[in-house]
Amino acid sequence: MNGESIEIEAPTLEKLLDELGYGDKTVATAVNQNFVRNKDRGETLLVEEDMVEIVTPRQGG
Amino acid sequence: MTNETASLLLYDIPVASRFLLGTARYPSPAILAEAIRAAGAEIVTVSLRREAGASRAGESFWSLIRELGVRVLPNTAGCRTAKEAIATAQMARELFATDWIKLEVIGEEDTLQPDVFGLVDAARALADDGFSVFPYTTEDLVVAERLLDAGCRVLMPWAAPIGSGRGINNLFGLRALRAHFPDVPLIVDAGLGAPSQAAAVMELGFDAALLNTAVSRARDPVEMARAFALAIDAGRAAHVAGLMTPRDMAEPSTPVLGRAFDEGRK
Repeated sequence: MNGESIEIEAPTLEKLLDELGYGDKTVATAVNQNFVRNKDRGETLLVEEDMVEIVTPRQGG
Repeated sequence: MTNETASLLLYDIPVASRFLLGTARYPSPAILAEAIRAAGAEIVTVSLRREAGASRAGESFWSLIRELGVRVLPNTAGCRTAKEAIATAQMARELFATDWIKLEVIGEEDTLQPDVFGLVDAARALADDGFSVFPYTTEDLVVAERLLDAGCRVLMPWAAPIGSGRGINNLFGLRALRAHFPDVPLIVDAGLGAPSQAAAVMELGFDAALLNTAVSRARDPVEMARAFALAIDAGRAAHVAGLMTPRDMAEPSTPVLGRAFDEGRK
């Protein structure tokens, strides 16, 4: 997750966000470099070795 | 931009300010907000970054930008492949609720120059997906043509490497680009370090300038934002007014006819 290896219980991306404390935050997500829409997170099943990205707005040039 | 005096149109959106400003590396959020106001910028660049679940940094930054009432241009900074850039653009569209994207696909670490092959691939995929793509590119005419073919309606050539402050590295190349694509909005992005350099690109007929570091790392970012705004306006006004052509030899500005002590001189 975000470049770090972690052990998780969550079966879906939505549950992972809850588990990691992102519940009410404005975030965008990708799994294995593929964008996952907000509304699809509940149906997005996670399996071993999946690479999850969770990002928020930030300063940029 | 066919009419020199018309306001700039970027993907059919009229833009009065020709100064696009980055939001990174300011001393504080308050100084960032003040610099954006001093610049008179209507468009600011933003990014996406990883953040721990407990942090609120991203949300507080986003609420600051929303309060300023500016249009955001999210970037894909740091992406090294078309695939990364496409996913980042899609995440940005959802998060920032805009289909505008500053497309960066970086191909080389020392110069941070675009991987123009990945850039064209990503630009095509994103344009097909409904994005308004602002590609960060070089001054290469062939790449520019490919980007337009891919669906880009704006081009953003560099002046020099990102963060270098070198100003125009390839005057011939930028002039050629402007001459070659007279009707395409061209925004010089990256490498501008001084207001005089921004004025110079505007005098060449570029439609706008995008910069970040020269303002954010200045001793007084707010005053530097004001300085760049003045320079960009001056450069644009000079271009529209029509610059004189340089010549090798002197030409008197005071009328010669009727001067005193003129006996016998031819």
